[in-house]
Amino acid sequence: MSDQREIAVTVNGRHYREVAPDRMLLSDFLRQRLGLTGTHVGCEHGVCGSCTVHLEGAAVRSCLLLAAQADGAEVRTVEDLASGDGLHPLQEAFREHFALQCGFCTPGILMAALDFLAHTPTPRRREIAEMLSGHLCRCTGYAPIIDAIAAAAGTASTEPA
Amino acid sequence: MKPPPFRYLCPDSLEEALAVLATHGDEAKVLAGGCSLVPMLNMRLARPEVLVDVNRIAGLADVHAANGAVSTGALLRQSAFERSPHLRGTLPLAAACTPYIGHFVTRNRGTVGGSLAHADARGELPLVLLTLGGSVLAQSQRGRRSIAAEDLFLYHFTSALEPDELLSEVRWPAAAPGWGYGFAEMAQRHGDYALAMAACALRRRDGAVAEVRLGLGAVADRPLLAGEAAGALVGQDLDGPAGDAAVTEAGRLAAAAAEPFEDLHASVAYRRHLVSLLSEQAIRQAWLDAHARAGEGGP
Repeated sequence: MSDQREIAVTVNGRHYREVAPDRMLLSDFLRQRLGLTGTHVGCEHGVCGSCTVHLEGAAVRSCLLLAAQADGAEVRTVEDLASGDGLHPLQEAFREHFALQCGFCTPGILMAALDFLAHTPTPRRREIAEMLSGHLCRCTGYAPIIDAIAAAAGTASTEPA
Repeated sequence: MKPPPFRYLCPDSLEEALAVLATHGDEAKVLAGGCSLVPMLNMRLARPEVLVDVNRIAGLADVHAANGAVSTGALLRQSAFERSPHLRGTLPLAAACTPYIGHFVTRNRGTVGGSLAHADARGELPLVLLTLGGSVLAQSQRGRRSIAAEDLFLYHFTSALEPDELLSEVRWPAAAPGWGYGFAEMAQRHGDYALAMAACALRRRDGAVAEVRLGLGAVADRPLLAGEAAGALVGQDLDGPAGDAAVTEAGRLAAAAAEPFEDLHASVAYRRHLVSLLSEQAIRQAWLDAHARAGEGGP
């Protein structure tokens, strides 16, 4: 019943080779097989956004992918953002603007925002808000997250709050 | 919230995929972007015995343009409609609806063919393909056939595809000189399923509507064409007072053509009200867009 296969995947620049059941989700593979628990698992049906990672450079929901689908691919997770003790500029902006409280949604939002900013380098607040519609945060009320992303993009002062 | 057990097959070629579907069609589901199928697996609403992952088939996301049409491979990601200048130019109605499809992150993965084969009555792309009068190519070991959008969507989550058929390509009529396009949707939150939506493609000639197609989504068990409503616009100059009356009348006829249902979120009467307003918006957008495009000297 439960077929397995070996999955070779590059995560955050490191090569892994692990056996996993075919029905294992990428989100569970990252957390349980690779120990990369920075990627959070919330709703498991693509709504909450907390499991967002990059697959081949594009932000995707890791709970909507099978681990087998990432075989041979490159994945980037939130663990790759900081270098040593130094936060990534987007993480620094989140800290500066109090854009998190419990932090559950934060990894997914960071990974989505990085891809979003790559395509929309000077976003309007409305565009950031639309992007955030794919992410549930129950702590912040979203406004500080919008501030942080706008600050990271360098557009914070160009529009009224 | 984990998928049930299944046999996972990952063909490298279209031929191999069709062979798998010929053998397992009845028990198999095709996995494309997974934005609808994987949630259904996780919630155990779907329990296919075989999962046929088509993501590794080369060439299944290719885009070709010829003879006034654009064909997109089934595996083209929805985000391509937002990001590709070529697709934005040739398929402005598809580009206009794309921001309403789920979220930025899901559009990175969700596919054009998957949306159409899934045949969700609230889907944006099914409505747009129907409004434009496009078609899909269905392939099986028995051969290939073209299915017009009007024949593709049978009812909610049910398409005319046979179990051994793969939707491999989508054919969209490209933007043509004189034509303009409009799309309007109401949902409770951005990215939620629509309560109602309307799409309009309109050809403007000598200051009047020469041809028009109006489509309605999320207000029946499949996307609908509102033919009578569209008919009320033909020959009208929508800028004048008579034009206002024609647009209002088209909205009224569209509301009458809708077959909405009632649920926790909205009554039948409210959904009909939305249909008339959104139809009017889509028609107005298309009228202005046709004018703007004419000013640019064609699409």
